[in-house]
Amino acid sequence: MMYDLIVFLPLLGALIAGLFGRQIGHRNSEYVTTTLLSISCALAWIGFFRVGLGHGEEHKFILVPVANWFSVGELQVDWSLRIDTLTSVMLIVVTTVSTIVHSYSFGYMHDDPHRSRFFSYLSLFTFAMLMLVTSDNLVQMFFGWEGVGLASYLLIGFWYQRPTANAAAIKAFVVNRVGDFGFSLGIFLVFALTHSVSFEAVFAAMPAVVGHTYHAFGLDADAVTLACLLLFMGAMGKSAQFLLHTWLPDAMEGPTPVSALIHAATMVTAGVFMVARLSPIFELSPAAETFVIVIGGTTCFFAATIGLVQNDIKRVIAYSTCSQLGYMFVALGCGGYAVGIFHLFTHAFFKALLFLGAGSVIHAVGGEQDMRKMGGLRTKIPYTYWFMVIGSLALVGFPFTAGYYSKDAIIEVAYASSRGGAAYGWLTTTIAAGLTSFYSFRLLFMTFYGESRAVAAHEETNHNTHHEPSASHGAGSQHPGHEEETVSADVHTAGSAAARGHHGDDHAAGNLNDGAAASAHDAHGHDAHGHGAHGHGGEPHESPPIMLGPLVPLAFGAIFAGLLFHHLFIGSGMESFWGESLFYGAANHVIEDRENDPWFVGQLPLLMLIAGFVVAYYLYIARPGTAERWAEANRPLYRFLLNKWYFDELYDLVFVRPAFWLGRLFWHGGDEAIINRFGPDGVASSVLVTTDRVVKLQSGYVYQYAFVMMMGIAVIITYFLVWGAR
Amino acid sequence: MFGFGILSGLIAIPLLGVLFILVLQGDDEATLDNARWAALIASVVTFVLSLVAWGRFDVGTADFQLLESRAWLGGGLGYKLGVDGASMPFILLTTFLMPFCLASAWRAIHTRVKEFLICFLVLEAALIGIFSALDVVLFYLFFEGSLIPMFLIIGIWGGQRRIYASMKFFLYTLLGSLLMLLAIMKMYGVAGTTDIPTLLHTRFPVSMQYWLWLAFFASFAVKMPMWPVHTWLPDAHVEAPTAGSVVLAGILLKLGGYGFIRFSLPMFPEASHYFAPLVFALSVIAIVYTSLVALVQTDMKKLIAYSSVAHMGFVTMGLFTLTVQGIQGAIFLMISHGLVSGALFLCVGVVYDRMHTREIAAYGGLVERMPKYAAVMLFFTMANIGLPGTSGFVGEFLTMLAAFQVNTWVALLATLGTILSAAYALYLYRRVVFGMLEKASLRSILDLNAREIAILAPLVILTLYYGVHPQPILDASQATVDGMMKTLTAAAPHAATLKAASAAVAP
Repeated sequence: MMYDLIVFLPLLGALIAGLFGRQIGHRNSEYVTTTLLSISCALAWIGFFRVGLGHGEEHKFILVPVANWFSVGELQVDWSLRIDTLTSVMLIVVTTVSTIVHSYSFGYMHDDPHRSRFFSYLSLFTFAMLMLVTSDNLVQMFFGWEGVGLASYLLIGFWYQRPTANAAAIKAFVVNRVGDFGFSLGIFLVFALTHSVSFEAVFAAMPAVVGHTYHAFGLDADAVTLACLLLFMGAMGKSAQFLLHTWLPDAMEGPTPVSALIHAATMVTAGVFMVARLSPIFELSPAAETFVIVIGGTTCFFAATIGLVQNDIKRVIAYSTCSQLGYMFVALGCGGYAVGIFHLFTHAFFKALLFLGAGSVIHAVGGEQDMRKMGGLRTKIPYTYWFMVIGSLALVGFPFTAGYYSKDAIIEVAYASSRGGAAYGWLTTTIAAGLTSFYSFRLLFMTFYGESRAVAAHEETNHNTHHEPSASHGAGSQHPGHEEETVSADVHTAGSAAARGHHGDDHAAGNLNDGAAASAHDAHGHDAHGHGAHGHGGEPHESPPIMLGPLVPLAFGAIFAGLLFHHLFIGSGMESFWGESLFYGAANHVIEDRENDPWFVGQLPLLMLIAGFVVAYYLYIARPGTAERWAEANRPLYRFLLNKWYFDELYDLVFVRPAFWLGRLFWHGGDEAIINRFGPDGVASSVLVTTDRVVKLQSGYVYQYAFVMMMGIAVIITYFLVWGAR
Repeated sequence: MFGFGILSGLIAIPLLGVLFILVLQGDDEATLDNARWAALIASVVTFVLSLVAWGRFDVGTADFQLLESRAWLGGGLGYKLGVDGASMPFILLTTFLMPFCLASAWRAIHTRVKEFLICFLVLEAALIGIFSALDVVLFYLFFEGSLIPMFLIIGIWGGQRRIYASMKFFLYTLLGSLLMLLAIMKMYGVAGTTDIPTLLHTRFPVSMQYWLWLAFFASFAVKMPMWPVHTWLPDAHVEAPTAGSVVLAGILLKLGGYGFIRFSLPMFPEASHYFAPLVFALSVIAIVYTSLVALVQTDMKKLIAYSSVAHMGFVTMGLFTLTVQGIQGAIFLMISHGLVSGALFLCVGVVYDRMHTREIAAYGGLVERMPKYAAVMLFFTMANIGLPGTSGFVGEFLTMLAAFQVNTWVALLATLGTILSAAYALYLYRRVVFGMLEKASLRSILDLNAREIAILAPLVILTLYYGVHPQPILDASQATVDGMMKTLTAAAPHAATLKAASAAVAP
């Protein structure tokens, strides 16, 4: 019953706020959703201690059947809640961050006219995520999986007037669907192999399949590896890993609390959770594990490089999220499941803190998100400053903060692992540690130190000049005329599409996918929407207590989560804590083995941290202006990073435009020019010629054809009457 | 009732409504309202009676139930009705959707109101007849008969190019029907009966099966519609009035699928195995091709029409996997699609009634003025995409799962369709509902009124209910599909090799 409540209370809140928000008013909607979620959160913590610290089978694994979903032939799918340590960790992460985000939104969204809707979506999202982490079979997991996709679509597109938000929302959903495409095929394959989709049965049957091949997609692939890779494709989509990462930075179009909830602490961790949950399958396939390491390592490096040069404060944090998720996958791929989940756990605290802190900064400077228009905010918003410092220190792994325990453990595991690709994982994570340190301190220095650069910025904003990202946005950069604020974004989308040499309904293509271009154009001024009526054009001011209060527990977590929990998660208490919820192959002792790493493995991250700090200090404090010179000197590299390795442009070129092009080809060329011309129109036109004069419908052909049909029926009846009656 | 059973009652009540309307004199508004109420009441009573039939229906058996039979046309043919698990859900779908169609047309149709209502009631009778006929000639009569009212609905109450659309509709269907008629005659020649239960147990020679299968296929493929004989559908939808679109997408598109289940699969099992790859090819082409075409549409109805073709591709793919998941999934998908696409056309009708245009470009930012509408539209958009938790998911999932067991390429391409469906559906939603409300014409548009909410709410509830708890529909058809599976398995070309293929896991 307790677990039912944890999962379904948020749904109840979402329904009340969503259906009756108008009747009960915004304030009540906020109270209802937040209260219900707090209850759910409290219960989740109780559950966590019961399951995590309890002993014996009855505490470690609880299955709550809810209902039958559907069963056809061998396929049997149930609604049920599966509670073990892994799930209970996810439950506290999700409900805690969600509760904090709900409370924070009281302040952040306080003058938004659609607050009930916003809170409804937040709770709906939480529900979907809880369904995902409590699922006992692949299909229910898929339900939660797509459910969070829906909720994130709604939340990213929450400010529906903004074309960029709409584009980002569609992009998030569709890119996630690409991942889900792999996920579903993975489910089908697992069912083909084991004739089941429920975890227990699948885990039991999978070892028997090891070494078998399955003929799929024209090749004889190793059955287990193929299943893992397909399922992992889903994880790549949801966790924004390399190749399927493009939606995450654009998702910053949503209100900032959404970024904290979805794009830091919960939704994007779904992929990590999935691999950990399916560890009994992944452990069977070294090849798939190697693939996980390579993708994770690549992501953590690649996203960090992009983070180095971004100027939008939220985007820096977004790429940082991408990068940190890569860390988690490296840990999982190396077999250190507990380490990966531990980093998920600590990361949720400090990343949510960073996002909400960034929200507070944005709030303070009246909706500005471009860090080049900030500076010197340290004295003006001291509390926010300290929260950001704490979050950043935890992120870079400053000794004894949360990140120090979890991130360094990942690097050690990667070194200790003997799996293929582990060395690559170690190398990328270590380098990325330095990059992380640099962009984190760069963020702090640009935002809080030096002179304020806000005044000039304000004027510029008023002229609706498009700064930074658009100016360097390659082909589509020169916008034709700056119209009124309201339509400008639309014009730009169209304009950029046109500038690329397209015409007519190509506009469509531009609109759908141009999340990149479009959102870049409009990157600043995001949250201006939320604060439009606010009237604070003047001095930056500290956020109200209702926004700062929720940050306190997060800051506490960011400092102490590692210290308090590392014994349980990855230390001596590990075995009794996790129970059977994570599976390690017989030869997998990688978490214990990391104790034997040579000394430099443990010290290198600290060194990288210091190096990153020093460089950032030199560039932004000691010698301001150096960064720009360096960027100028290495223009191609800088542009490459600034434009996110040109992935958006590439995908636009390879997938989106061809899809529209094919659509038009099939429509005009296939349906109209070939099928209709040689089919019905050809026949029809000959008929039309003969009955050319008949234009009036009443006297026209409709009745004639009806008559012809009747005649046909009459013929049949006659036939049977005459020849049929024997 | 004079020796007739409940199924005859289902056919008769709409016709009684027709009689009543014919008796009404005058063309003033009061008379027309009486006619509207008469039609609505007739359809509601039919629905209630179909629920009674459902109550008497035993899901545990694969046999035909609620049988009634009389000699007719000289004794060679029978007026024989009955239902099994494959037809009962469709009868319920028909009787359920009809009142909504009539209610949605309440004020939208001004001209020839009585004739319009008569067309709908005749159509309903014919559709119920199709799903309950147990004599192949009777089936054919209803099958053809259902075209006439539909043809008139498009041709008389349609839009600008209604003549072109109804003509196209006619030409396509005529071609298919004639071939099916020939096949029926041939079957009668071989089996000496037109009784469907008997024909189900008649083993036609395999070489003949191929021809018979193709003849039936010609008719059903047009009705589905399958690629490349689908081009009548977008035009028919675009020109048809809202109620016509609803019944077209909701029920008429299911006739092809029902035909496959009733005739092609169980009567020509060897041929079904033989031609399955052909159907797969056409199905995945339909899914990918029409999804891409849907992406670039500028007309709301046309977009949804193409999306329907894509969904029907999932149906044919599922049916010809010849597995229990595939066939069950296909049946479920058809029912679900009946609800969802019907509702989507109703949604388009809502704004069409206000703005009199279906051009996507004429809209934008509707959420500003129509929040309720935005919510409902979003719900059905998601159901159309196949979001888990809506009924749209279960059918698609089962058919794709089944396809994967048979042919991974087919499953891969079909799954690709789910990405594309998300793209075109959300893209449509964004252009119509989201964005700034900038067009002057939309400034005073009104949100859903009570009548529209009453029409859409039951569809929302059912779509959600069958998404979370689809088992009632699956159970209804379970026994019948199991029975059919026996025939199909026995007819598998090389039973041994197939078995090996299905367990393709080789060391």
